[in-house]
Amino acid sequence: MTDELPRTDAVANAAGEMHPAAGEPLLRIEGVAKTFGTFRAVDGVSLDIKAGEFFALLGPSGCGKTTLLRMLAGFEAPDEGRILLGGKDIAQALPHERPINMMFQNYALFPHLSVRDNIAFGLKRARLARADIATRVAEMVALVKLDGLEKRKPDQLSGGQRQRVALARALARRPQLLLLDEPLAALDKKLRENTQGELMQLQRRLGMTFIIVTHDQEEAMTMADRIGVMNAGKLAQVAGPRELYEAPRSRWIAEFVGDINLFDAESKLCDGHRLIIGTRDAGTLVVAAPRQPVGESRFSVAIRPEKVKLSRRGPVSEAGHETAINRLDGVIADICYLGGTTTYKVKLDTGGVVQASVANSARLDVDAYSLNQQIVAWFTPDDCVVLPS
Amino acid sequence: MRKVSRLSRFNIASLALGLGFLYLPILILVIYSFNASRLVTVWGGWSLRWYYEFFGDRAMIEASWMSLRVAVASATIATLIGTLAAVALSRGERFRGRTLFSGMLYAPLVMPEVITGLSLLLLFVALNAERGFWTVTIAHTTLTMCFVAVVVQSRLGSLDRSLEEAAMDLGCAPVRAFLSVTLPLIAPAIVAGWMLAFTLSLDDLVIASFTTGPGSATLPIRIYSEVRLGVKPEINAICTLVIALIAVVIVIASLASKLSSSQGESAAPL
Repeated sequence: MTDELPRTDAVANAAGEMHPAAGEPLLRIEGVAKTFGTFRAVDGVSLDIKAGEFFALLGPSGCGKTTLLRMLAGFEAPDEGRILLGGKDIAQALPHERPINMMFQNYALFPHLSVRDNIAFGLKRARLARADIATRVAEMVALVKLDGLEKRKPDQLSGGQRQRVALARALARRPQLLLLDEPLAALDKKLRENTQGELMQLQRRLGMTFIIVTHDQEEAMTMADRIGVMNAGKLAQVAGPRELYEAPRSRWIAEFVGDINLFDAESKLCDGHRLIIGTRDAGTLVVAAPRQPVGESRFSVAIRPEKVKLSRRGPVSEAGHETAINRLDGVIADICYLGGTTTYKVKLDTGGVVQASVANSARLDVDAYSLNQQIVAWFTPDDCVVLPS
Repeated sequence: MRKVSRLSRFNIASLALGLGFLYLPILILVIYSFNASRLVTVWGGWSLRWYYEFFGDRAMIEASWMSLRVAVASATIATLIGTLAAVALSRGERFRGRTLFSGMLYAPLVMPEVITGLSLLLLFVALNAERGFWTVTIAHTTLTMCFVAVVVQSRLGSLDRSLEEAAMDLGCAPVRAFLSVTLPLIAPAIVAGWMLAFTLSLDDLVIASFTTGPGSATLPIRIYSEVRLGVKPEINAICTLVIALIAVVIVIASLASKLSSSQGESAAPL
């Protein structure tokens, strides 16, 4: 077959021939953009990914994350920008010329081939010796725990088993970079949680670089070392899970990642390392001054529901420095029992609503609050984040 | 699977009526082909006489051989071109005039055969082509190609595109991905398309009579001209053989397409 001539042997290269010099990222995406018709799906994304990293692209549907992934796999060519893998520009290379493999959202298993032949497919194309293929397939089957199912066809497997075959097939060529497109979306909740753990273990054990695309922020937080949040074709923030959750860079990110209470600021006053902010909905709040000084632009105060404490009489005295505590009076307007936690909506006397998430640390409901009960919601200045609107 | 409910009396009656309407004439033809009598409408006991007669009739045998050769040749060419057209339409990049092109491809499906036949005759006369085996084969190819394209395109449409992408991702160049993944999956549809083209060509009288030349009559033409001089019982025997051949081909074609669709289900995402 003449069409196989420009072959980049992914398997041979996996030994490290194409690995980047120390300190240099494995993958560098530089100003990549892609337009479909008049729709700018990916709009100037730049990103570095280190070797051995577990990176998640997170965003709502239509944000461009899948298009970006497809450009890495080679199914779409970027209109602008460069994609450097180990220092070599691969932006225009065809999928089969890249030492990158992808696990598809619907798995895309070949229905006419058995589990074994599905896994061996990429190895045969890499012209491995017959014995080596058999060894590698056996290795992969053991790795994803599919023993005994080698002769089955994909339609004789459960959803979870298909997912494993897809993973084994993508890993078999030992790619420098594995792309996973919503790999767990088709699994039910329990299986998904188990599989998340297994994927993480696998990634650490193999020391491989994973890029996962997901719309599920919990999934991204659980698995990834770093998360890139995408919105409208742009990378909104790239950070570790904790930083993303506790220090979101914008109001949009704060609302997309987890739940959050937001109060629009109307006035502000600097007091050393504290800001005193007047809001319409929650009265005056004291917050820790952000590292970047807030300009004259509009901004809001944000607080996560689990950081809002509730009490019948007000802040517990052991907190000590009472002057620095935000105290909001109100009544319980809505109760949502979720098992491990209960979310209360508190209607404030100042007019706004604040959500508080309380851990159900006792089995009996002596601690629980009831509807229309007078309550004090309080939180410390350090738990608040100031976000530009 | 839901349990199939028992047929009501009304359903049985309408089923019997419908099937009888369709198949009673054919059944009578088959029975009378074993008639010993020389008169077509008078039953004279069972006999294989007219089958012997047919195999002794050189003109009929030649016409049958001609029909079979035309059917095989035109079905093969039509399958090749039809499959390529289907692949181009469902897999190729969107090109200008694509809708027009696919519309034009399907036009012969609804075009009256007389028009197709006449226009081809005019073309062959204009080209000064000697009419015979090849002109009929070309004419039948144009007739049946669109049927193949329809069958193959519907199969391609139900096939998940990410299968081809997965093949490319795993090291196949585009052509190789098509050959090793797409082609095996659409093969049953291609076989079904060939069978369909074969039977259509075998059946055709109108286009063949326009495009054939002297000395190369196909079986339907031969039968038609015989019948005009009065129905001989031999005709019944020939028709029974043709019915048997077509029945076998249609059964194989439907089995092939059934196989194809059951594979398609597993290709679909959960």
